[in-house]
Amino acid sequence: MAEETEDNITKIVVISSDSILPTDAAMKVYESEDSITIKETCFGTMVNGPREAVLKVVETLRSMDRNHIFVKERGFKPGAEVRCRAGRGGGPRPGFHFLREEVNMLPMIGRALDKYEAGEPLEEHEAPKKLDISKLKKIIDSEL
Amino acid sequence: MAKVIIYPTNSLILSDMVERFGHEPLAMMEKIKEIINTVGVDSPPLNITPEGPKHGLKYAAVEVPAGVRGRMSLIGPMIDLAEAGIIVGDSSISFGCMGCARTNELTKFLIREKDIPILEIQYPHTEEEGQDFVYKIAEFLKSLPSGSDEK
Repeated sequence: MAEETEDNITKIVVISSDSILPTDAAMKVYESEDSITIKETCFGTMVNGPREAVLKVVETLRSMDRNHIFVKERGFKPGAEVRCRAGRGGGPRPGFHFLREEVNMLPMIGRALDKYEAGEPLEEHEAPKKLDISKLKKIIDSEL
Repeated sequence: MAKVIIYPTNSLILSDMVERFGHEPLAMMEKIKEIINTVGVDSPPLNITPEGPKHGLKYAAVEVPAGVRGRMSLIGPMIDLAEAGIIVGDSSISFGCMGCARTNELTKFLIREKDIPILEIQYPHTEEEGQDFVYKIAEFLKSLPSGSDEK
C-alpha cells in the first residue's frame, strides 16, 4: 500500500433512510468538486480523500436525512489489499459482521433520534425480567 | 468538546452519536489508520506488530497473553486520553478485532477505574429500548463540558 503523504481519511457513510438510496448519496458525492474517491457499497458509500474535503462531503450527505444517515471513520482505505474481498478470494471482510449487526439496529436508532429531536418525552417502560428458575422448572415439568 | 471513549471501540452507532452531539469519539478505526499509515518495514502494513505486546505491558502484566497486550497497545492510549466514556454491554457482536473477551474485560475495567463520567447501558433489542438508548446517550453527551445540541 502506498504511503499516505497528506492527511487522508476514509469515512463509511451508512444509509438507513426511507427517502434516500445509497445511489442518491453517491450521486451527491459525484457532484462534489473536491478530489475525493468514493466506493458504493450495499449499505452506503465509503468516501476517501483529504480530511477537509471528506468532512465537507460527509456533512452534505448527512444533511440529506440527518437522523437516518450514520457515519464512522475507517482505518483502511477502500480497496486496501489486506481488507478488500477482491484480493482475498471472497467472503465478508473483517469488520463486516459488526457493521451488519449495527446496521440492523439503525432504523430503530433513527426513529428514536427523530423523537428526541421533536422533543418527545421518554416513555417509561418496564424492562422484561429474566425468567424465574422455579417458573422454568414448572415449564420443564409440565412438558414431561 | 470532550474526548469520549466508546466501547465497543469500533461501534458505528456510538461513534456517530458522539460526533453528532459535538464531541470527539476515541475509536479503534483512527488508531488502526495511524498504524497502517506509519512508515515501517511491514508490507502490507500490519495493524499489530511485534512491538504491540511490548507497548501493551503498560496496561497488562507480562504473563497476560500477547494478544491481549497487543490489543491493549491500541486501546490503552485511547483510555489515557479519555475525558468521558460510554460502555455498551450485551454486545453479541464483538467480532473481529473486538473478539477477545479478556481484552474487553480489561478495557471496561480500565475505563471504570478512571475518574471520568461514564455511561453504562445495554444494546437495544426493542423499539422502547432503542428510544431509551438514544435518549440516555444524548443526555449524557449534552451533560459533558462544552457539549452542544445536535449539530
